[in-house]
Amino acid sequence: MAKGIWVFAEQREGQIKKVTYELLSEGRQMADQLGEELCAVLVGKDVAEMAGSLGEYGADKVLVVENEALENYTTDGYTNAIAELIRQNEPSAFLLGCTVTGRDLAAQLAQRLETGLMTDCTGMEIADGQLVFTRPIYAGKATVRAACPEARPVMATIRPNTFVAVANAKTAEVVKAAVDPGNIRQVIKDIVRQISERPELTEADIVISGGRGIKSPENFKVLEELADVLGGAVGASRAAVDAGWISHSYQVGQTGKTVSPVLYIACGISGAIQHLAGMSSAKCIVAINKDEEANIFNVADYGIVGDIFDIVPVLTEELKKITA
Amino acid sequence: MKYVVLLKQVYDTETKITLDANGTISNSGITLIMNPYDEYAVEEALRLKEKGEGEVTVVSAGGQQVQDALRQALAMGADKAVLVDSEGADLDEYATAIILAKAIENIGFDVILGGFRAIDDGSAQVAGRVAEILKVPVVNVITKLEVEGSQATATREIEGGSEVVEVSLPAVFTAQKGLNEPRYPSMKGIMKAKKKPMDKKTLADLGLDNDQIAARVKPISFSLPEARKAGRVIPGEPGQAAAELAKLLREEAKVI
Ligand SMILES: Cc1cc2nc3c(=O)[nH]c(=O)nc-3n(C[C@H](O)[C@H](O)[C@H](O)COP(=O)(O)OP(=O)(O)OC[C@H]3O[C@@H](n4cnc5c(N)ncnc54)[C@H](O)[C@@H]3O)c2cc1C
Ligand SMILES: Nc1ncnc2c1ncn2[C@@H]1O[C@H](COP(=O)(O)O)[C@@H](O)[C@H]1O
Repeated sequence: MAKGIWVFAEQREGQIKKVTYELLSEGRQMADQLGEELCAVLVGKDVAEMAGSLGEYGADKVLVVENEALENYTTDGYTNAIAELIRQNEPSAFLLGCTVTGRDLAAQLAQRLETGLMTDCTGMEIADGQLVFTRPIYAGKATVRAACPEARPVMATIRPNTFVAVANAKTAEVVKAAVDPGNIRQVIKDIVRQISERPELTEADIVISGGRGIKSPENFKVLEELADVLGGAVGASRAAVDAGWISHSYQVGQTGKTVSPVLYIACGISGAIQHLAGMSSAKCIVAINKDEEANIFNVADYGIVGDIFDIVPVLTEELKKITA
Repeated sequence: MKYVVLLKQVYDTETKITLDANGTISNSGITLIMNPYDEYAVEEALRLKEKGEGEVTVVSAGGQQVQDALRQALAMGADKAVLVDSEGADLDEYATAIILAKAIENIGFDVILGGFRAIDDGSAQVAGRVAEILKVPVVNVITKLEVEGSQATATREIEGGSEVVEVSLPAVFTAQKGLNEPRYPSMKGIMKAKKKPMDKKTLADLGLDNDQIAARVKPISFSLPEARKAGRVIPGEPGQAAAELAKLLREEAKVI
């Protein structure tokens, strides 16, 4: 009998990703309703000391897999180790954040275990005793509720910022598991990190995006200053990316990143359907655009019709005062 | 070298989505295009082939209308197309991957390319699953690929940066924007494409029965989310409006 809801505790360089805490918090409630155990799976090299915080967010147990070969994420290493762990323990569900790593691992693992996987979900509920997931499809123009009735574990990746992380100061039982990372066919030759003080775009609570209206790469500074006052991330429309003003990794939309922040400020972005696909699940949308007819105003909670360069610097100053 | 490209035909991004009488996504009045990420995959396969020699086969599972997308790839320069007719079958990503992997086994392969995600109901998992079934390594979301003999070096996107990954062939790679600029089919290419082989296969031809491709994931219900409503435009001089906005974000929306 499959038992236990498992959450992938994604970490990078000694930091647990926020989405992990979000999944544990929501997973806690599901586990209680189903009468199952909530277990976090923490994989890497020397990661055991990070296990404590996972209990605080709801895990009953933390399974720790430590291995030299698992220092950096590789598809094979993580899939081999976690697949073995799952075969030994037979959990009923395995949840991951919909991040670059979560997506990569989930697909591989799901096929290894010959099970079903629902990706980029924005909702999770229990119906008729089973976990049911909601996912936006067709660029958010429709949603589907789906389940994996038979195969176990049921797997899902959940979009960051979907659930709220709530700490409750519990302590989890920490269990070290010895599983074999096996033969790793992907050899990592180099890792290049852009040094940024700002939060990761897909996980940020606040995102300030610029479009064609920004007009030059230098002008992104105006948005960066606003982002820094709010502790937010900077994003862009495809027009700004295609113009070469900012790299593609900042693109928000159907062929870019999907973001789900609490606050999204669109500056000089017209609001094309493909852009909306990447940000319409934001809780509050602000539009700053000099064209009052721009489509972005049809989805924005607050709008200002006017020039970015007149408005944003003042907004930054005002917010600096408020948040001081 | 045998290059195989997984190609999915998807709903055009401008398509209006409606539900039919059964409450499922309606396919009437829609335009279909090649998944944009698969265009990068086709282009990359063509460039690799042009550097040396080899054959590019594009493979798809879907209905007869998918021939349009396959012809487009042939017009770009692919050598042949394989269409597995899966019309009417309730496929999830698990089932789709099994079908594609079977078709690819019959073709033979050194480099398999796909999109990292299909932009319609895609979920960024079919290509990875195919790799797992074929027991070859995968490198996802790549923005650069170099092949030297039986070794490949790919640059892939990771959060906050990139990494360089080396694998031995055969292997699967999934394309991210930035990998290349896909070419447009030339007039000559379009003419030539008409004569290139389009191999149509049924599931039975591949020796697959319904049990083998039983979907793991079952949809329960579809819905069309309510459109967001237009909010409030804040009037006044730029400075005034900005100050007012700051206040509203704090006191009314409570988001900062
Ligand atoms: C298959 C496909 C996939 C796509 N994927 C994406 C995607 O992932 N993400 C994406 O964003 N787009 C995507 N697009 C492109 C999309 O259709 C739009 O072309 C794009 O979003 C437009 O970007 P924009 O709003 O910055 O530019 P525009 O539409 O040109 O709008 C610029 C806006 O800035 C305003 N403006 C100009 N100057 C100022 C100023 N000084 N102050 C204030 N306002 C000013 C203008 O009034 C205008 O509304 C995709 C398109 C296709 C076909
Ligand atoms: N039905 C299909 N036929 C051919 N290739 C597909 C099919 N579905 C998905 N793929 C490939 O897998 C990639 C990822 O798709 P998905 O997992 O659906 O997001 C696509 O970009 C295609 O390369």
